[in-house]
Amino acid sequence: MRHFFILLKHELRMLFISPPTYIAAVLFLCLMGFLYWAILRGMVNTPSETLPTVQFFSVFWIPVFFVVPLLTMRSIAGERSIGTLDTLMTTPTSRVAVILSKFAGAYLFYMLLWVLTIGFPLITEKLYPHAAESGALLEVEPLVGSFLFLATSGLLFISIGIFASSVTRSQLVAGMLTFTTLFVVIIGGQQMGNIADSGGEFSSWAVAAVNYLQIFEHLDDFSRGIIDTRPFFYYASTAFLLLGLSTLVSRSKSIERHNYPDADQPFQ
Amino acid sequence: METTPSIRVKDLTRQYGALTAIHKVNFTVNPGEVVGFLGPNGAGKSTTMRILSGIMSATSGSAWVGGICVAQNPHEVKRKIGYMPENNPLPDDMRVVEYLRFRSRLKEVPGHKLRATVQEAMEICDLARTARRKIIGTLSKGFRQRVGIADALLGDPEIIIMDEPTIGLDPHQIQGIRKLIDNLRGKHTVIISSHILPEIERSCDRVIIINRGRIVAAGTSTELREEFLPSNRFSLIVEGNETAVATCLASRGIDAAILESTPIAENRSELNLRVENEGNLGPQLIQLLSNQREFILHSLAPREPNLEEIFLAATKRSWEETIETKPKISA
Repeated sequence: MRHFFILLKHELRMLFISPPTYIAAVLFLCLMGFLYWAILRGMVNTPSETLPTVQFFSVFWIPVFFVVPLLTMRSIAGERSIGTLDTLMTTPTSRVAVILSKFAGAYLFYMLLWVLTIGFPLITEKLYPHAAESGALLEVEPLVGSFLFLATSGLLFISIGIFASSVTRSQLVAGMLTFTTLFVVIIGGQQMGNIADSGGEFSSWAVAAVNYLQIFEHLDDFSRGIIDTRPFFYYASTAFLLLGLSTLVSRSKSIERHNYPDADQPFQ
Repeated sequence: METTPSIRVKDLTRQYGALTAIHKVNFTVNPGEVVGFLGPNGAGKSTTMRILSGIMSATSGSAWVGGICVAQNPHEVKRKIGYMPENNPLPDDMRVVEYLRFRSRLKEVPGHKLRATVQEAMEICDLARTARRKIIGTLSKGFRQRVGIADALLGDPEIIIMDEPTIGLDPHQIQGIRKLIDNLRGKHTVIISSHILPEIERSCDRVIIINRGRIVAAGTSTELREEFLPSNRFSLIVEGNETAVATCLASRGIDAAILESTPIAENRSELNLRVENEGNLGPQLIQLLSNQREFILHSLAPREPNLEEIFLAATKRSWEETIETKPKISA
């Protein structure tokens, strides 16, 4: 546990001094700021029943697709390619602590980025006090629900990134793998839901299973204040599984032959 | 009183699929010794060192570090070892002092000793004044190697293992590292791998030569000389007919052979002579070879075989042995 905190501190420090982190943060905040502005503008033209906050968080998947790969692709793949993962393993640290610290570092930064988006309604309130009079900008319940959703779904998204980073030594491949997996998990689940809704060929248990994987449904429930334990279980258990697999993969990769030039001309 | 050896390795084997990187390696290193691990590229040096430091496991066999079995308790073993891996990977965007502090924390150096430990390691490696706050990515190769060595020294480990510490360094830096290793002698057990032979010969008490995954020789350089190149060698410069030298010696009952002949000037050449006879041969040879009609002896000097020759002889012998035993292994 002591090693975990030392590594986490180091991890956060490295995240804060590395340029890709700032690129991810700037891209994220610019894009989300633009989306928030577009939502508010849309609401002025066509009044809608849903709150701007709810609409804002319903596009959570757009930044997830690029922020998560940018934050995680470096974590293990980068360290392995320059060999510092091996030097870490020469100290009395366990692989679990290394993987968990990578995960926790990226997760905390991911959540920090989302917390910064509270700035958007705050700025709007400051600039247009009359618009905030109705209290629609900063309603607490959907805000808490949405953040709870982001915090739990973030467990899964970041662990997908960490796993992708652990299976390869190329950061580019890790990033692409994260992107495609996130795409399948988020959009694929939604599409399966659409198929289940439109056709009758699914049996009831299959519909239940598909609903269980519906990330958009989860967001909908959370932002309405319906806190269900099933999504918690889904995200936490899958994240746990992926982090466990990352530990195993990193252990088996550490004894790969191409890591050791000595093994190139072996004794036969 | 019998002391526990710092490192004991028994029948250590490591396979990568169908390929065997090291095969039944056995050796012992005593506390305070500086041991050189010598072998051509791909001999299995790094594999052995990685197994010893607990980073990877062996396919079969056992290794004990400070009396602790590596396979059963790799965490405890890592506390006893300071390891500098091959190519010395370092994070490029950290400062030297920050990196060493981070490594000390991971090596469980207590908080109140942290500053002093890092300072001491930096002073030993001559980093304290020159590169303390420099970013690692901007350092020259020599300084990077020093950072790697300082890292291995942190936390005062019982055993220090360095995989190719002098690779890519200039002669001044190599000399600096040699001095550093001399300072560690007696206080720590040191294992250094290299394929630069004079390096090992100068800094190590004992040499282990490994080739194609097997230990082919082990001992001090003197012992190895006796084992692999037992005969006496002389270097002489003669003017005139060099074949007459061999016939002259043979006629006096001396079993000698000219291994190498290098012409150095007109009608003058340097001969590398191997003499199988025992005893103090120098004066005897001078007496025999002087006042000859066919040639003139200009100089005669005993020639100590260097580690390079021993290494070549040992690895050659191991190749021959492997070729002989190959059908047995594949069967």
